[in-house]
Amino acid sequence: MILEKFVLAAITTNPKKMPSGTAVFHCDSKEEMEKVAANLEAILDGIAHALTEDLYIIVKH
Amino acid sequence: MNEYTLPIVFGIAIGTLSRLFMLRTDYRQYPTYLHGKIIHVALGFIAAGLGTVAGPAIMEEEFTAITFLTLAASQFREVRNMERNTLTELDSYELVSRGKTYIEGIAIAFESRNYLVIFTSLVSTLAYLIFNIWAGLIAAIIAVIISHKLMSGGKLGDIVEIEYMEPRFEGAGLYVDNIYIMNIGLPERQKEVIRYGMGFILKPKNMNARSTIANLGQRQAVLHDLSTALGVYRDSGTPALVPLAKRDLDDGRVGVFVLPQERDIERAITVIGDVPTLENAIRMPSEKKSNEGSGAQ
Repeated sequence: MILEKFVLAAITTNPKKMPSGTAVFHCDSKEEMEKVAANLEAILDGIAHALTEDLYIIVKH
Repeated sequence: MNEYTLPIVFGIAIGTLSRLFMLRTDYRQYPTYLHGKIIHVALGFIAAGLGTVAGPAIMEEEFTAITFLTLAASQFREVRNMERNTLTELDSYELVSRGKTYIEGIAIAFESRNYLVIFTSLVSTLAYLIFNIWAGLIAAIIAVIISHKLMSGGKLGDIVEIEYMEPRFEGAGLYVDNIYIMNIGLPERQKEVIRYGMGFILKPKNMNARSTIANLGQRQAVLHDLSTALGVYRDSGTPALVPLAKRDLDDGRVGVFVLPQERDIERAITVIGDVPTLENAIRMPSEKKSNEGSGAQ
């Protein structure tokens, strides 16, 4: 199966914004969030999109 | 050796030469290199043979022999399939794919070039048989000129104005002029995109051009040609660095965003201008007769 336009993971520093139904990575700071997002982007072959200041998602296109 | 030997040899030679003349290798990398060329020249030779023998067949009043040309049609449809299949197979390995519309355009070009060879051979052999070798040569030259005219389609530069525009970020959104391209979250990626990225605005000159450049295949062709000519700053597994072309829904302008290896604005504008307008992408809304009654089909 080929996934298209699918949220692979979410990275957030705000526990209240935690989405359900996808893998969530909690981070303590913005720097950590960016680092995790960069790694996940490379690992998952997806693109890191910034939804808000404290929530990034990795999407497969 | 009979009276037809020389005209047939002449026709085949002219046909094959005209195929060689129509065989172009340029930055678009087709018909690729040596072996790809051999296939096309060989098929051109067969096409020349088919076109040539129609002349003597008419002279001998063997009119049923003309039906032989139907063989050519099926033969060359096969050429189109071959070209389409090969390019489709290879497309998934391109960093910036050609797209199906472009591939179909290339396949059509190869099929039609063989028909042009048949036409050239037929005309020059007939002229040789009816008049003499000089008439044959003149007919061949005229046929080659006509073929050349028929084989060259339009260019994007004829239907759009191309303007360079520095890409910029608004928050995480990447913009070329006022056209939203995509959301890039990581600041590091954003820096890369600003450093290597180039933006172009394609402004359609009329309504027809507006519909033509709206075609996704046509836009992909622009991205592919640009990436082939200037190189591309990306690798597999970096989908954030994919070149994109997005459309402004209000006025039909298309914003092109690319990440070339070589940041040469003048050259990039020339390359975009030289992108062929794909036959399958051309739309002509102005040709639609909207004044016809509503019942008219």
